Amino acid sequence: MTELSSKDLLGIEDLSKGEIELILSTAESFAEVATRTIKKVPTLRGRTVVNLFLEPSTRTRTSFELACKRLSADVINISGPSSSAVKGESLKDTAKTIEAMHPDVVVVRHSAAGSARMLADLMAASIVNAGDGSHEHPTQALLDAFTIKKHLGCVAGLHVGIVGDIAHSRVARSNIAALTKLGAEVTVIGPPTLMPACIEDLGVRVSYDFDRAIGDLDVIYLLRIQLERQGRALFPSLREYSSLFGLNVRRLSLAKESAIVMHPGPMNRGVEISGEVADMDRAVITDQVANGIATRMAVLYLLVGGGETESAADQGR
Amino acid sequence: MLLIKGGRVVDPANNLDGVADVLVKRGKIEAVGPNLKSGEATVCDATGKIVAPGLIDMHAHLRQPGREDEETIRTGTRAALRGGFTTVCAMPNTEPCADTASVIQLVTALAAAEGAVSVLPIGAITKGREGKEIVEMGELVAAGAVAFSDDGTSVGAAEVMRRALEYSRMFDVPIIAHCEDGSLALGGTMHEGCSSTRMGLRGMPAAAEDVMVARDICLAELTGARLHVAHLSSAGSVELVRQAKRRGVRVTCEVTPHHLILSDCDLLFYDTNLKVNPPLRSARDRDALRDGLLDGTIDAIATDHAPHARHEKEVEFVDAPFGMIGLETALPLLVEHLVTTDVLSPTQLIEKLTTGPAAALGISAGTLSVGAVADITVIDPAVSVTIDVNAFESCSRNTPFDGVRVSAAVTDVIVDGAWLLKDGEIEG
Repeated sequence: MTELSSKDLLGIEDLSKGEIELILSTAESFAEVATRTIKKVPTLRGRTVVNLFLEPSTRTRTSFELACKRLSADVINISGPSSSAVKGESLKDTAKTIEAMHPDVVVVRHSAAGSARMLADLMAASIVNAGDGSHEHPTQALLDAFTIKKHLGCVAGLHVGIVGDIAHSRVARSNIAALTKLGAEVTVIGPPTLMPACIEDLGVRVSYDFDRAIGDLDVIYLLRIQLERQGRALFPSLREYSSLFGLNVRRLSLAKESAIVMHPGPMNRGVEISGEVADMDRAVITDQVANGIATRMAVLYLLVGGGETESAADQGR
Repeated sequence: MLLIKGGRVVDPANNLDGVADVLVKRGKIEAVGPNLKSGEATVCDATGKIVAPGLIDMHAHLRQPGREDEETIRTGTRAALRGGFTTVCAMPNTEPCADTASVIQLVTALAAAEGAVSVLPIGAITKGREGKEIVEMGELVAAGAVAFSDDGTSVGAAEVMRRALEYSRMFDVPIIAHCEDGSLALGGTMHEGCSSTRMGLRGMPAAAEDVMVARDICLAELTGARLHVAHLSSAGSVELVRQAKRRGVRVTCEVTPHHLILSDCDLLFYDTNLKVNPPLRSARDRDALRDGLLDGTIDAIATDHAPHARHEKEVEFVDAPFGMIGLETALPLLVEHLVTTDVLSPTQLIEKLTTGPAAALGISAGTLSVGAVADITVIDPAVSVTIDVNAFESCSRNTPFDGVRVSAAVTDVIVDGAWLLKDGEIEG
C-alpha cells in the first residue's frame, strides 16, 4: 500500500489496517526531520493548509502548524467558537468561504460530532479531523500507536488499558479503533457512568476495577477527566474518582515493570495521574507530543503530497 | 357522479378485498360492487390498482400559524393529497400554539378556505404547552379540536397529566401523549446504542420513552380516560401497550413509517434528515414495532410529518431540529418495505391508515361503506417511481428518501366526492 483511499482523514474507523501501517511507517521517516539542524523539507511547498480550530486547542493546533511548516506548506490559523450563534455564521458558510480561498487541506477542530464529515462533503479540499466532539481524533490515535510501537516494538499482541471518561472521549474512540485494527487487546476502565452504551460492540473488554485490571496491561492510557462532568451526576467527587481510577505510585506498583503510561494531555495532576507518576521515565507523555508532529506530517504528506517520486523525507537533503 | 372501475377494492371496515367498482354520488359512496353501470358517471379506470378508503394521517405538523416558511395549511394539505391522505390531523405546536379556541378556529377556517383535504385540529393539553395548566378543553372541542396533545414534549408533572386525562373524559376525546422522560433524554440527539457510541453523540435511551409510556398507561388506568400514545419507537413501549390492552386499558397507539423502515444504523453519516424524535432505534426495536402492527397492539401508522427549513437542517447534527416530512412518501415507502416484502397484507396496511386511526380518534372516516363520505385513494402498487423532493407539494424538503426508487404510487384521490388528484396530478 502506497496511498490512502480517501481524500480526507475523518476517523480511524474509515481506515484499513494497511492504511494505518502506511501512515505509521511514513511517520517513521519524518521523525528524523526533527533531529536535523534545518527542520524543514520542501514536500508541501506551494500547498496551503488552513487550521480551522473552532474549539480551544493549543497543543493540537501547534502540532499541526509545526507539521505544516516543516513540510514547507503555507499555513494559516483560524480560530473561534463552534457555535454559529456566537460566530454569526453557519459552518456551511464558513466552509464555502474557506473553499473559495482554494486551500489544499483544512484541518478542523469542532465541538460537534460529525462536523468534519460535513466539511468533507462540502469542500474539495482534504479535510483532516483534529477532533469532532466526542466522535474521533484520528491523528491522536495515530501518534499514540506510533509511540507505543517505538517504546514496545509493536502494537499487535499488546494489552492496552484506556482509563477514564470513555463516554465523552474522542481520543478513546479513535484509539479503540486504531489499536484493535492493529491487533492489540483493549480494556476500557472506569465507572459505568462514564462508559457509553454497547461499548463491548467496539471489540473491547470493560473493567470497573482498575487495581485488578492493571496487572495485565502493557500500556496504561489515562484520559483527561473533564472537571465539569462532576456536576452531572456522572461521578460523586474528584476525590473518589482519583481514589478509584487515578494512577499513583501505589497503583502503578501493581503493573508490569515494562508497562508504559500515556496521556493525551493536558493532564490534571492529582486527579487522573499523580505528579510522581507523571514525571517518571515510563510516562512517555512528552514523547507523544514529539511524535505528534511526525505523524501529522505523514498524514498531510499522504493526503496531498502525492505525485512526488522521491521518498518524502529525502527531499530536503 | 364518479365511477371508479375495475380496481381491487380494499376496505378493511367491511372486510372487503376484491375486484369491484365504486360509485360516488353527491359526495357519498353510492354503491360498491362488481360491474356497476356507469350511466352518466365520469369513469376513473382503476384496473390493476388498489382502491382504498381515503387515508387518515393522525399526526402531522402543518406549521401554520407561525412558520409559514416551512409549511402552510395549503401546502401541507396538497402534500397530503399527493400522498393519498384525505384527512390530516394538525398538531398544535404552532406559533402561537393551539391552546385557545381562536387558534383552533383559525386552523379550521384556513383549512376550509385553502385546504385540499380535511384538516382536524388537535389542541394543546396545557396552556403554552408548558405542562402546567390544562387548556379550556370544552371551548377547544366546541371549536373543532378532535384530540389534545403537547406533542414535542411530555407533560412532565404526573399530576397535570392525570387531571388532563380526567378532564378529557367529559368530551370523550383522546389525549395524545408524546412519551419522553425529559431528564433521561436531555441533550440526546439519537438513540442510545451502538451507533451513538460509534458516532460520539449523546444518546436518548429507549427507557426515556418506556418509563413515560408506563406512567401514562398507569394514569389512563387510574382515570379511565382515552390515551393515545404517539409515535412508538421502542420494543419496550410496544410491550407496555400490549399488556395494557390485555388489561382493558383504553389505550391506542401509532407508529411512523420511518420507525418501521429505518434504524439507528442508518445514521452513520450524520444525515440531519434522519434526526427525528423519538429517534430511529435499533433493528430489534424496528422488528418489535412490526410485530406490534401485526398483532394489533399498534392501531395506526402516522407520518409525524415535520417540515423544517433547509438552513435549519444544514447544520451540525447536534444543532439540527428533530423531524422529517412524510406525507408524500409514506404510502409508497410502506408498500415498498412492508407489503411487497409480505410483512403486511394490503388490507393490513390500509387498516392501519384508515380504520385504525379513525377508531383511535373516534371519527367516522376511513371506510367505503355505502352512505359514507366519498374519500377514496387509488394506489398503483406496481409502478417504478423515484422520489424527487423538487416535485413535492410541501414547502419543505427534509426527507432522507430523496432519490430513492419505490414501486408504488398514489394515482388518484377523491375528497368529499371531488376527484382532486388525477393520475398523480392535482386538479387546480
